[in-house]
Amino acid sequence: MSTPEEHTTEAGHAGFLAIELDGAGWDGGDFASLAEAVLAAESAGFHAVTFTDAPVAGRTNALQRAAYAGPLTRTIALVPEVDTVHTEPFHVSTQLASLDYVSGGRAGWIATAAESPEAAAAVGRRNVTGAALAQEAAASIEVSRRLWDSWEDDAVIRDVATGRYIDVDKLHYADYETPADFAGAGYSVKGPSIIPRPLQGQLPVLAAASLVGEGQVSADAVDAVLVTAPTAELLAAEIRDVRSRLGVSVAVIAELDVVLDARGLAAAERSAGSESGRARYAGTAAGLADLLQALLAEADGVRLHPASLALELDELSRLVLPELRRRGALRAPLLDGTFRDVLGLTRPASRYADSSAATAAGN
Amino acid sequence: MTQQSRAQSDVFVPTGQLQFGVFFQGVNSGTIWKAAESGSQTDFESFRRIVQTAERGLFAAFFLGEGLRLREHLGRPHALDVVGRPDAQTMLAALASVTTNIGLVATQNTTYNDPADLAHRLSSLDLISRGRAAWNIVTTDNAWTGANFRRGGYLDHADRYRHAEAFVETAKRIWDSWETAEGPARNVLHEGQHYTVDVTPRLPRSAQYRPVLFQAGDSPEGRDFAARQADVIFSAHPKFDAAVEFRKDLVARSLNAGRGANAVQIMPASEFILAPTADEAAAKKEWVRSLQIGPQQAVAYLEQFWGRELSEYDPDGPLPEIDPVVEETSETRGSGFHGAKARQLADQWRAEAKDKGLSIRQFVTSRTARMDATFTGSYSAVADQLAEYARVGAVDGFNISPWLIPSGLDDIVNHLVPELQERGVYPTEYRGSTLRDNLGLETPVRTADEAAEAVRAL
Ligand SMILES: Cc1cc2nc3c(=O)[nH]c(=O)nc-3n(C[C@H](O)[C@H](O)[C@H](O)COP(=O)(O)O)c2cc1C
Repeated sequence: MSTPEEHTTEAGHAGFLAIELDGAGWDGGDFASLAEAVLAAESAGFHAVTFTDAPVAGRTNALQRAAYAGPLTRTIALVPEVDTVHTEPFHVSTQLASLDYVSGGRAGWIATAAESPEAAAAVGRRNVTGAALAQEAAASIEVSRRLWDSWEDDAVIRDVATGRYIDVDKLHYADYETPADFAGAGYSVKGPSIIPRPLQGQLPVLAAASLVGEGQVSADAVDAVLVTAPTAELLAAEIRDVRSRLGVSVAVIAELDVVLDARGLAAAERSAGSESGRARYAGTAAGLADLLQALLAEADGVRLHPASLALELDELSRLVLPELRRRGALRAPLLDGTFRDVLGLTRPASRYADSSAATAAGN
Repeated sequence: MTQQSRAQSDVFVPTGQLQFGVFFQGVNSGTIWKAAESGSQTDFESFRRIVQTAERGLFAAFFLGEGLRLREHLGRPHALDVVGRPDAQTMLAALASVTTNIGLVATQNTTYNDPADLAHRLSSLDLISRGRAAWNIVTTDNAWTGANFRRGGYLDHADRYRHAEAFVETAKRIWDSWETAEGPARNVLHEGQHYTVDVTPRLPRSAQYRPVLFQAGDSPEGRDFAARQADVIFSAHPKFDAAVEFRKDLVARSLNAGRGANAVQIMPASEFILAPTADEAAAKKEWVRSLQIGPQQAVAYLEQFWGRELSEYDPDGPLPEIDPVVEETSETRGSGFHGAKARQLADQWRAEAKDKGLSIRQFVTSRTARMDATFTGSYSAVADQLAEYARVGAVDGFNISPWLIPSGLDDIVNHLVPELQERGVYPTEYRGSTLRDNLGLETPVRTADEAAEAVRAL
């Protein structure tokens, strides 16, 4: 939720890079440990790491992996996927706010709404499909946003004279109700949150561009969208399309699979992996730098999905990121910065901050 | 006796040893926030400092509590006490990266979670921490808390443990579903009164097989549930005689449940106020209490039972002469009484306070002291006292709530722990790297078939 001028798209604008740590789960994936992997991404100069929660045997909870990385890192944003359909919105909100605390304000949320009969059966609920998926996502995001605002920034007063730890007038009930046309089982969430306002005020919320737009999750509800196209050539057009559809208030992050020539093996020999549906770059580091520079001229950021985390990170950190920085295409990572800083977002006031005492909790 | 035979024996055998846990409550009236040295209750650095101090003191476990709705007082969020805390498992996953041996215990509710989701997240924490996770099972079930969740207030209080048991059995089946460390995982199906679960678990066993189970809940049903399901009970009975009594009770319940007399360990909630000498400790206690129960807290304590505002009453004057109104928000603070019972209670309290010449503040202090879980004294005297608990096996350890964050464990780790080590009743090193190792618990041996059988028997 940002103002239009916060995302500029003029050519040459320095962007940011994220990398998906898929595979660096409980068993360390390609790395000896999750700690090693996330530190390698941070020292390579990535602005954000993302943690997939797609159900794969052996993969631990994405939000917990992000939390584990919090105290180990200083600059890199930590952005887990958290499902909105078969989770409790109140728990999701608290967990994400907590991630913001343990990472010093570097948390974000990729709100997912995957259609999954397996996930539905696991929690004994009906499978959700079609337009109802976006409704669930929109509801869950709105619950989180209200709860994050439900403590004003200065609600904890620790006023020794009056013996008050909090100022009750600065706590607010969220009083969320699912809309009348809600396709799934309707629900309500009372609030306030059980944790004070996140350090960033509001965590940046990301979602797949295909989930956002008219009749789906509203563009106002998200800070950035992840844009997918079948080939690298089609990505730039898709980015422009999404921008014109959603407006400039939403940051655009392009999705790219990456396979590089590495350790004497040509990318072509290594790229036999499975089809992800995302655009794929296979080739030299120099070629990738050119492609990323071109993409960053259109998008606010690019998220890379490496074929092998260890191999690609090695090439990316030695050859690609330094080259992009040299060309001025990459923003410098901010020591102790927030994820909002990465996205160029200011810290918003709580939506309840101006409300009179009459609407404060309990009145 | 070997560990194996000790756990299965039908005679209780004290280990002669104590373990410490730290309970970072996060939300309570016991943590002093008014002192100069009181730190943040939410900053990560406070948590890091406490857990690392605990680990330096070879504590077995670091606990986080849980409350899924903000406490209220007379229909509004309660303003006087420490409030607002991070999600337990998220914080523990972060703390796993800055610790190596201490157990990480998440208090998590069985009423407002889904078994498959919670089981997955707990094994996730167990894998991320390399075998140090535990679940403190609580059953808080009121509709007022339910207002924050999809299901709302669906559960009758009387059903809380029946539901919890089906929940925990389902979680255990999920954890048992990997035949070997490599798999494959078996599908787990549970069709219960409140939940249907149909899941193919995704996570393998951890270094300690599965998370350790703690239980906190003191009713007879709660104790029987612990005797059947838990590894450790987080009890509310730290005083010596009560602790001995509780041990007897739990041993009987464990044998009844078909488990050994030593199968369930006991760690009561407790508080320590220590100093080099008894006099200094007593003075310190007075200071601690004056900050825990200030004038506003004393009045608020009565308001909770009176069900109305009493701010016009002088905390240093007599108890209010007006009568309580029907308390409609009692569940919002856990205690409190309804209607006629409140009036009777008020009469009783007024008589008692008048009799003893106590002001509101003095009366409330004396009342809360009755439920006092505090050990006060010199380091060596308290160490002697605790050694006696170890000798008779009254408890297996103590779950300590520090009254100051983040420096509240310093005294205990710097002074009490060495005294206990000298007396041979406290570990001098971590026995292993998992919580199960450090508590001396057996690794569960249960096949997926046995687990399925246990559920059918419910
Ligand atoms: C020492 C102790 C600590 C507890 N901590 C929590 C807690 O952090 N969160 C919670 O919801 N309930 C907590 N409880 C409440 C119990 O788990 C339980 O839900 C409640 O007491 C009702 O069960 P009962 O009727 O068996 O006592 C605690 C109980 C005890 C004895």
